[in-house]
Amino acid sequence: MILLTRKIEFSASHRYDNPAWSPEENRRVFGKCNNPHGHGHNYTLEVTVAGEPHPVTGMVLDLKELKDLLDREVMQRMDHRNLNAEVPELAGKIPTCENIALVIWNLLEPKIPSGTLHRVRLYESADLFADCYRAAQSNGHAPAAKAGK
Amino acid sequence: MTAPENIAREVQVALGRRYRFSASHRLHNAKLSDAENRELYGKCNNPHGHGHNYVLEVLLSGPLDPATGMIANLTDLDAFVEQQVLQDYDHKSFNEDVAEFRDRVPTTENLCLDIFQRLKTFPLAKLERIRVEETGNNSFEYAGEHTEEILL
Repeated sequence: MILLTRKIEFSASHRYDNPAWSPEENRRVFGKCNNPHGHGHNYTLEVTVAGEPHPVTGMVLDLKELKDLLDREVMQRMDHRNLNAEVPELAGKIPTCENIALVIWNLLEPKIPSGTLHRVRLYESADLFADCYRAAQSNGHAPAAKAGK
Repeated sequence: MTAPENIAREVQVALGRRYRFSASHRLHNAKLSDAENRELYGKCNNPHGHGHNYVLEVLLSGPLDPATGMIANLTDLDAFVEQQVLQDYDHKSFNEDVAEFRDRVPTTENLCLDIFQRLKTFPLAKLERIRVEETGNNSFEYAGEHTEEILL
Protein backbone atom coordinates (compact mmCIF):
# COMPACT_ATOMS: atom_id res chain seq x y z
CA MET A 1 0.00 0.00 0.00
CA ILE A 2 1.20 3.47 -0.85
CA LEU A 3 0.27 6.60 1.07
CA LEU A 4 0.00 9.75 -1.00
CA THR A 5 -0.32 13.17 0.61
CA ARG A 6 -1.42 16.44 -0.90
CA LYS A 7 -1.07 19.71 1.00
CA ILE A 8 -3.10 22.88 0.59
CA GLU A 9 -3.33 26.10 2.56
CA PHE A 10 -6.31 28.29 3.25
CA SER A 11 -6.98 31.30 5.44
CA ALA A 12 -10.15 31.78 7.44
CA SER A 13 -11.57 33.47 10.50
CA HIS A 14 -13.49 31.99 13.37
CA ARG A 15 -14.73 32.55 16.90
CA TYR A 16 -15.36 30.12 19.75
CA ASP A 17 -18.64 30.84 21.47
CA ASN A 18 -21.18 28.48 22.97
CA PRO A 19 -24.57 30.26 22.94
CA ALA A 20 -25.79 28.03 25.78
CA TRP A 21 -23.27 29.67 28.11
CA SER A 22 -22.98 33.12 29.65
CA PRO A 23 -20.40 35.56 28.25
CA GLU A 24 -18.34 35.05 31.38
CA GLU A 25 -18.36 31.26 31.00
CA ASN A 26 -17.40 31.57 27.32
CA ARG A 27 -14.48 33.84 28.17
CA ARG A 28 -13.36 31.53 30.95
CA VAL A 29 -13.36 28.40 28.77
CA PHE A 30 -12.28 29.81 25.41
CA GLY A 31 -10.10 32.75 26.46
CA LYS A 32 -8.84 34.84 23.54
CA CYS A 33 -10.65 32.55 21.10
CA ASN A 34 -13.90 34.08 22.38
CA ASN A 35 -13.00 37.66 21.38
CA PRO A 36 -16.24 39.09 19.95
CA HIS A 37 -15.07 39.94 16.46
CA GLY A 38 -13.19 36.72 15.83
CA HIS A 39 -9.67 36.13 14.59
CA GLY A 40 -8.06 34.10 11.84
CA HIS A 41 -5.47 31.54 10.94
CA ASN A 42 -3.51 30.28 7.98
CA TYR A 43 -4.58 26.66 7.94
CA THR A 44 -2.52 23.92 6.34
CA LEU A 45 -4.39 20.80 5.30
CA GLU A 46 -2.65 17.52 4.55
CA VAL A 47 -4.82 14.90 2.89
CA THR A 48 -3.43 11.38 2.72
CA VAL A 49 -4.89 8.73 0.41
CA ALA A 50 -3.99 5.04 0.62
CA GLY A 51 -3.99 2.73 -2.36
CA GLU A 52 -2.06 0.62 -4.83
CA PRO A 53 -0.40 2.13 -7.90
CA HIS A 54 -2.52 1.55 -11.01
CA PRO A 55 -0.74 -0.96 -13.30
CA VAL A 56 -0.98 1.35 -16.31
CA THR A 57 -0.50 4.82 -14.84
CA GLY A 58 1.68 3.91 -11.87
CA MET A 59 -0.44 6.28 -9.77
CA VAL A 60 -2.61 5.72 -6.70
CA LEU A 61 -4.80 8.48 -8.03
CA ASP A 62 -4.49 11.36 -10.43
CA LEU A 63 -3.17 14.29 -8.38
CA LYS A 64 -5.04 16.66 -10.65
CA GLU A 65 -8.32 15.04 -9.61
CA LEU A 66 -7.36 15.30 -5.95
CA LYS A 67 -6.35 18.91 -6.40
CA ASP A 68 -9.70 19.69 -8.07
CA LEU A 69 -11.57 17.87 -5.30
CA LEU A 70 -9.75 19.84 -2.58
CA ASP A 71 -10.38 23.06 -4.46
CA ARG A 72 -14.08 22.32 -4.81
CA GLU A 73 -14.76 20.95 -1.33
CA VAL A 74 -12.31 22.86 0.85
CA MET A 75 -10.89 25.95 -0.83
CA GLN A 76 -14.16 27.25 -2.25
CA ARG A 77 -15.97 26.48 0.98
CA MET A 78 -13.44 27.76 3.53
CA ASP A 79 -10.71 29.92 2.02
CA HIS A 80 -11.07 33.57 3.02
CA ARG A 81 -14.33 32.78 4.78
CA ASN A 82 -15.71 33.21 8.24
CA LEU A 83 -16.06 29.62 9.40
CA ASN A 84 -18.87 30.41 11.86
CA ALA A 85 -21.03 32.34 9.43
CA GLU A 86 -20.26 30.95 5.99
CA VAL A 87 -19.69 27.22 6.30
CA PRO A 88 -23.04 25.45 6.78
CA GLU A 89 -21.38 22.19 7.85
CA LEU A 90 -19.99 24.01 10.90
CA ALA A 91 -23.27 25.70 11.84
CA GLY A 92 -24.05 25.09 15.48
CA LYS A 93 -20.56 23.74 16.17
CA ILE A 94 -17.54 25.39 17.69
CA PRO A 95 -15.11 25.69 14.75
CA THR A 96 -12.18 24.09 16.54
CA CYS A 97 -9.38 22.43 14.64
CA GLU A 98 -10.95 19.07 15.60
CA ASN A 99 -14.39 19.97 14.24
CA ILE A 100 -13.05 21.51 11.02
CA ALA A 101 -10.90 18.44 10.37
CA LEU A 102 -13.93 16.21 10.94
CA VAL A 103 -16.06 18.27 8.52
CA ILE A 104 -13.30 18.04 5.91
CA TRP A 105 -13.01 14.28 6.44
CA ASN A 106 -16.76 13.86 5.90
CA LEU A 107 -16.72 16.05 2.81
CA LEU A 108 -13.81 14.23 1.21
CA GLU A 109 -14.16 10.59 2.18
CA PRO A 110 -17.07 9.66 -0.13
CA LYS A 111 -15.55 11.56 -3.05
CA ILE A 112 -11.98 10.27 -3.18
CA PRO A 113 -11.75 9.15 -6.84
CA SER A 114 -9.57 6.08 -6.21
CA GLY A 115 -7.88 4.62 -3.17
CA THR A 116 -9.27 5.38 0.28
CA LEU A 117 -8.94 8.40 2.49
CA HIS A 118 -6.33 7.48 5.09
CA ARG A 119 -5.82 10.62 7.12
CA VAL A 120 -6.80 14.28 7.23
CA ARG A 121 -4.41 16.46 9.18
CA LEU A 122 -5.34 20.08 9.68
CA TYR A 123 -2.80 22.52 11.11
CA GLU A 124 -4.25 25.64 12.68
CA SER A 125 -0.72 26.81 13.37
CA ALA A 126 2.68 25.14 13.27
CA ASP A 127 2.13 23.98 16.86
CA LEU A 128 -1.47 22.79 16.76
CA PHE A 129 -3.15 20.25 14.53
CA ALA A 130 -5.99 17.74 14.44
CA ASP A 131 -5.95 14.34 12.73
CA CYS A 132 -8.96 12.36 11.48
CA TYR A 133 -8.66 8.72 10.54
CA ARG A 134 -10.54 5.46 10.73
CA ALA A 135 -9.63 3.84 14.03
CA ALA A 136 -8.52 0.64 12.29
CA GLN A 137 -5.95 2.64 10.33
CA SER A 138 -4.35 4.21 13.36
CA ASN A 139 -1.24 2.85 15.00
CA GLY A 140 -3.11 -0.20 16.27
CA HIS A 141 -4.71 1.47 19.27
CA ALA A 142 -8.40 1.08 19.87
CA PRO A 143 -10.50 4.25 19.91
CA ALA A 144 -10.47 6.08 23.21
CA ALA A 145 -12.60 4.15 25.65
CA LYS A 146 -14.35 7.24 26.94
CA ALA A 147 -17.91 7.24 25.64
CA GLY A 148 -18.56 10.94 26.10
CA LYS A 149 -18.24 13.83 28.46
CA MET B 1 -24.45 14.74 6.54
CA THR B 2 -24.25 11.92 9.04
CA ALA B 3 -25.27 12.78 12.57
CA PRO B 4 -22.27 13.79 14.71
CA GLU B 5 -22.93 10.93 17.12
CA ASN B 6 -22.36 8.40 14.35
CA ILE B 7 -19.27 10.15 13.06
CA ALA B 8 -17.70 10.14 16.49
CA ARG B 9 -18.05 6.37 16.68
CA GLU B 10 -16.64 5.65 13.26
CA VAL B 11 -13.92 8.20 12.74
CA GLN B 12 -11.30 8.94 15.31
CA VAL B 13 -10.05 12.45 15.91
CA ALA B 14 -6.70 13.21 17.46
CA LEU B 15 -5.22 16.47 18.66
CA GLY B 16 -1.57 17.30 18.08
CA ARG B 17 0.30 19.98 19.98
CA ARG B 18 3.97 20.94 19.74
CA TYR B 19 6.19 22.22 22.53
CA ARG B 20 9.83 23.26 22.67
CA PHE B 21 12.56 22.77 25.20
CA SER B 22 16.29 23.30 25.14
CA ALA B 23 18.58 21.09 27.15
CA SER B 24 22.07 19.66 27.27
CA HIS B 25 23.20 16.10 27.53
CA ARG B 26 26.14 13.78 27.19
CA LEU B 27 25.82 10.27 25.87
CA HIS B 28 27.95 8.17 28.14
CA ASN B 29 27.37 4.73 29.60
CA ALA B 30 29.29 4.19 32.83
CA LYS B 31 29.34 0.44 32.20
CA LEU B 32 31.54 0.95 29.16
CA SER B 33 35.17 2.07 29.06
CA ASP B 34 36.05 5.61 28.01
CA ALA B 35 37.38 4.25 24.73
CA GLU B 36 34.22 2.26 24.12
CA ASN B 37 32.08 5.31 24.90
CA ARG B 38 34.05 7.43 22.46
CA GLU B 39 33.81 4.75 19.83
CA LEU B 40 30.07 4.27 20.35
CA TYR B 41 28.83 7.82 20.84
CA GLY B 42 31.43 9.86 18.95
CA LYS B 43 30.99 13.62 19.42
CA CYS B 44 27.99 12.99 21.67
CA ASN B 45 30.43 11.61 24.25
CA ASN B 46 32.41 14.85 24.54
CA PRO B 47 33.08 15.25 28.28
CA HIS B 48 31.34 18.57 28.88
CA GLY B 49 28.17 17.76 26.98
CA HIS B 50 26.30 19.69 24.34
CA GLY B 51 22.70 20.76 23.78
CA HIS B 52 19.75 20.77 21.43
CA ASN B 53 16.56 22.65 20.77
CA TYR B 54 14.08 19.84 21.11
CA VAL B 55 10.52 19.79 19.81
CA LEU B 56 7.97 17.62 21.59
CA GLU B 57 4.81 16.68 19.70
CA VAL B 58 1.96 15.25 21.78
CA LEU B 59 -0.92 13.39 20.13
CA LEU B 60 -4.15 12.84 22.08
CA SER B 61 -7.34 11.10 21.07
CA GLY B 62 -10.82 11.08 22.49
CA PRO B 63 -14.39 12.10 21.83
CA LEU B 64 -15.12 15.73 21.02
CA ASP B 65 -16.91 17.48 23.83
CA PRO B 66 -20.03 18.81 22.06
CA ALA B 67 -20.05 21.93 24.24
CA THR B 68 -16.53 22.98 23.27
CA GLY B 69 -15.79 21.06 20.05
CA MET B 70 -12.55 19.97 21.66
CA ILE B 71 -10.84 16.74 22.65
CA ALA B 72 -9.19 18.65 25.46
CA ASN B 73 -8.88 22.32 26.27
CA LEU B 74 -5.40 23.51 25.27
CA THR B 75 -5.14 25.48 28.48
CA ASP B 76 -5.37 22.22 30.45
CA LEU B 77 -3.02 20.34 28.13
CA ASP B 78 -0.42 23.13 28.08
CA ALA B 79 -0.45 23.39 31.87
CA PHE B 80 -0.09 19.62 32.23
CA VAL B 81 2.84 19.36 29.80
CA GLU B 82 4.49 22.36 31.42
CA GLN B 83 4.19 20.80 34.85
CA GLN B 84 5.01 17.21 33.89
CA VAL B 85 7.79 17.75 31.37
CA LEU B 86 8.90 21.27 30.52
CA GLN B 87 9.59 22.43 34.08
CA ASP B 88 11.96 19.51 34.56
CA TYR B 89 13.48 19.50 31.08
CA ASP B 90 13.77 23.03 29.76
CA HIS B 91 17.20 24.65 30.13
CA LYS B 92 18.51 21.73 32.11
CA SER B 93 21.28 19.21 31.79
CA PHE B 94 19.67 15.78 31.54
CA ASN B 95 22.62 13.96 33.04
CA GLU B 96 22.82 16.14 36.13
CA ASP B 97 19.40 17.71 36.60
CA VAL B 98 16.82 15.07 35.69
CA ALA B 99 16.70 12.16 38.12
CA GLU B 100 15.53 9.66 35.50
CA PHE B 101 18.79 10.11 33.58
CA ARG B 102 21.27 9.75 36.40
CA ASP B 103 21.70 6.11 35.41
CA ARG B 104 20.20 6.12 31.96
CA VAL B 105 21.81 7.48 28.81
CA PRO B 106 19.80 10.53 27.71
CA THR B 107 19.33 9.53 24.12
CA THR B 108 16.20 10.87 22.49
CA GLU B 109 14.85 7.31 22.48
CA ASN B 110 15.09 7.30 26.27
CA LEU B 111 13.62 10.80 26.46
CA CYS B 112 10.61 9.44 24.57
CA LEU B 113 10.13 6.66 27.12
CA ASP B 114 10.39 9.07 30.03
CA ILE B 115 8.10 11.70 28.49
CA PHE B 116 5.45 9.09 27.69
CA GLN B 117 5.47 7.98 31.33
CA ARG B 118 5.11 11.57 32.46
CA LEU B 119 2.21 12.36 30.11
CA LYS B 120 0.20 9.16 30.01
CA THR B 121 -1.75 10.13 33.12
CA PHE B 122 -3.31 13.16 31.39
CA PRO B 123 -6.85 12.87 32.75
CA LEU B 124 -8.85 14.48 29.93
CA ALA B 125 -7.90 12.40 26.86
CA LYS B 126 -5.94 9.36 25.81
CA LEU B 127 -2.25 9.81 25.05
CA GLU B 128 -1.80 8.18 21.64
CA ARG B 129 1.77 8.97 20.78
CA ILE B 130 4.60 11.38 21.31
CA ARG B 131 7.27 12.46 18.87
CA VAL B 132 10.50 14.18 19.84
CA GLU B 133 12.68 16.04 17.37
CA GLU B 134 16.24 16.25 18.61
CA THR B 135 17.09 18.40 15.59
CA GLY B 136 15.17 19.17 12.45
CA ASN B 137 16.73 16.05 10.95
CA ASN B 138 16.26 13.48 13.73
CA SER B 139 12.94 12.57 15.28
CA PHE B 140 11.73 9.71 17.46
CA GLU B 141 8.20 8.45 18.14
CA TYR B 142 6.76 6.34 20.90
CA ALA B 143 3.23 5.07 21.41
CA GLY B 144 3.67 3.32 24.74
CA GLU B 145 4.18 -0.28 23.72
CA HIS B 146 6.00 -2.53 26.19
CA THR B 147 6.93 0.43 28.33
CA GLU B 148 7.66 -1.48 31.50
CA GLU B 149 9.96 -4.01 29.87
CA ILE B 150 11.96 -1.37 28.08
CA LEU B 151 12.34 0.80 31.13
CA LEU B 152 13.69 -2.08 33.16
